[in-house]
Amino acid sequence: MITAGCDVGSQTAKAVIWDGEKIIGQAITASRAKPEEAGIEALNRAMQAAEISKNQIQKIVATGYGKELLGFANSTESEIVCHAKGAFHKIPSARTIIDIGGQDAKAIKLDGSGQVKRYIYNDKCAAGTGRFLQIMAEALDVKLEEMGEIGKKSTEKIIISNQCVIFAETEVVSLINSGKSVPDILNALHTAVANRVAAMAKSLGGIEPDVVMTGGVAKNSGVFFALSEANKFPLLKFDGLDPQLSGALGAALIAAEK
Amino acid sequence: MKYVAGCDVGSLTSKFVIMIKGKIVCEEIIKSRPKPQESAETVMDKALQKAGLKKENISFCVGTGYGREQISFVNKSVSEITCHGKGARWLMPTAKTIIDIGGQDCKVIKLDSSGKIDKFITNDKCASGTGRFLEVMAKVLNVEINDLGKFSAKSKTPITLASTCTVWAQADIIKYINSGYSLDDIGAGINIAMANRVAMLVSTLKPEKDICMTGGVAKNEGVFTALEGIIGQRIKHIRKFDPQMVGALGAALLASESLTGEVKI
Repeated sequence: MITAGCDVGSQTAKAVIWDGEKIIGQAITASRAKPEEAGIEALNRAMQAAEISKNQIQKIVATGYGKELLGFANSTESEIVCHAKGAFHKIPSARTIIDIGGQDAKAIKLDGSGQVKRYIYNDKCAAGTGRFLQIMAEALDVKLEEMGEIGKKSTEKIIISNQCVIFAETEVVSLINSGKSVPDILNALHTAVANRVAAMAKSLGGIEPDVVMTGGVAKNSGVFFALSEANKFPLLKFDGLDPQLSGALGAALIAAEK
Repeated sequence: MKYVAGCDVGSLTSKFVIMIKGKIVCEEIIKSRPKPQESAETVMDKALQKAGLKKENISFCVGTGYGREQISFVNKSVSEITCHGKGARWLMPTAKTIIDIGGQDCKVIKLDSSGKIDKFITNDKCASGTGRFLEVMAKVLNVEINDLGKFSAKSKTPITLASTCTVWAQADIIKYINSGYSLDDIGAGINIAMANRVAMLVSTLKPEKDICMTGGVAKNEGVFTALEGIIGQRIKHIRKFDPQMVGALGAALLASESLTGEVKI
């Protein structure tokens, strides 16, 4: 049975097509004003990659903040459940999942069978989400996807004292004016995001290994490394799959179960 | 003749008040410069010029505000909490709760019946509920921050902002602008959101009357009225004095006490 999962987030829409054994198609597209359009585009591109047509897909499960608006889906499932499903499937030793997306951050604890035990979620405050990095990338005139690599060139440890994105942005401007280097500032920003998210994850009552990081921010090697340090556990990431696709994969797997 | 002064260097504006024998001689306000020392010197020079005085005429000067430790010419520096309490009480002897909204923070101060500070709470961690929130929103709307207040009176159906976070609220506002909502309704919604956030802080201290408001945002009638509605209590206006100057006034009053040796909080 061929199924699909479609995860429409604030910044990107993701689709994964599952043939019962493996992923046969996947796509990530930029979100649009209308979530359904973004979802359809992601799904169409995933179908192209899989070389299948829509009628070959027997079930589609939608997730992400735009899930209720996807008319083409057969059912919806919460982001927490989908992320847990996708991450546990890829890494069965996962007991904690930390997902940082464009506008939120989640920490999910799993039991040995992959069931969600507890979770915590921040979508109220932009600090500790991808948006924080996006705003800082603009302030520093650096590409979002290059932040991690540039930060590695840091030679001096500095600290960003503000958590609030608005205040931290001002702090970054004054750091630039006081002559601090871009790699040093980036490194400090990565640590700031990691500390914020680690504090949230720790409120779940301890972090159990293995810890897996997913979401778009997992691609930033600076945050990834800083989060490992902050959690005192090495972090794992997906092998051979974009960490942004975790939720869509989980949705496709859930579609196959139903 | 012994003149005293108070210098309040804030994140957005710097204020200076000169007094003599319990009377205000002159007051001055400027936009803050990148360096607190530069702000302090500039605002002092302007105030002295206005009053026709020289630096040597000031017998005692108290510094306050976030940049207070970096002002070289002051005789003493005192916390904003103390200065705002002092200034507000002098202007309104019945004041027991002071809500001060600054450029980058928000404070609620409770005074006991003798005017001593009983309790206070500060938010300087989150831009929401501070002057910075209004500054960001005014920029998005392309209006002057001082003009935001007037939208409330003209709006019948203010928009609702679902997000507290300044970053998310900014995105919400852009959506409202693009959907064709009127400037009046958006501006009014911004003032209400601001008041809601401040009210969260106010209610943790159980405000007692008389309640007054200081800081630049006190001049925003939209926020003022919305806040009264949310906390369900009247807030008394500070009359005949700029509420933004209260911290500097309090600093000048403390300078006067230091000079006379009279300790009256």
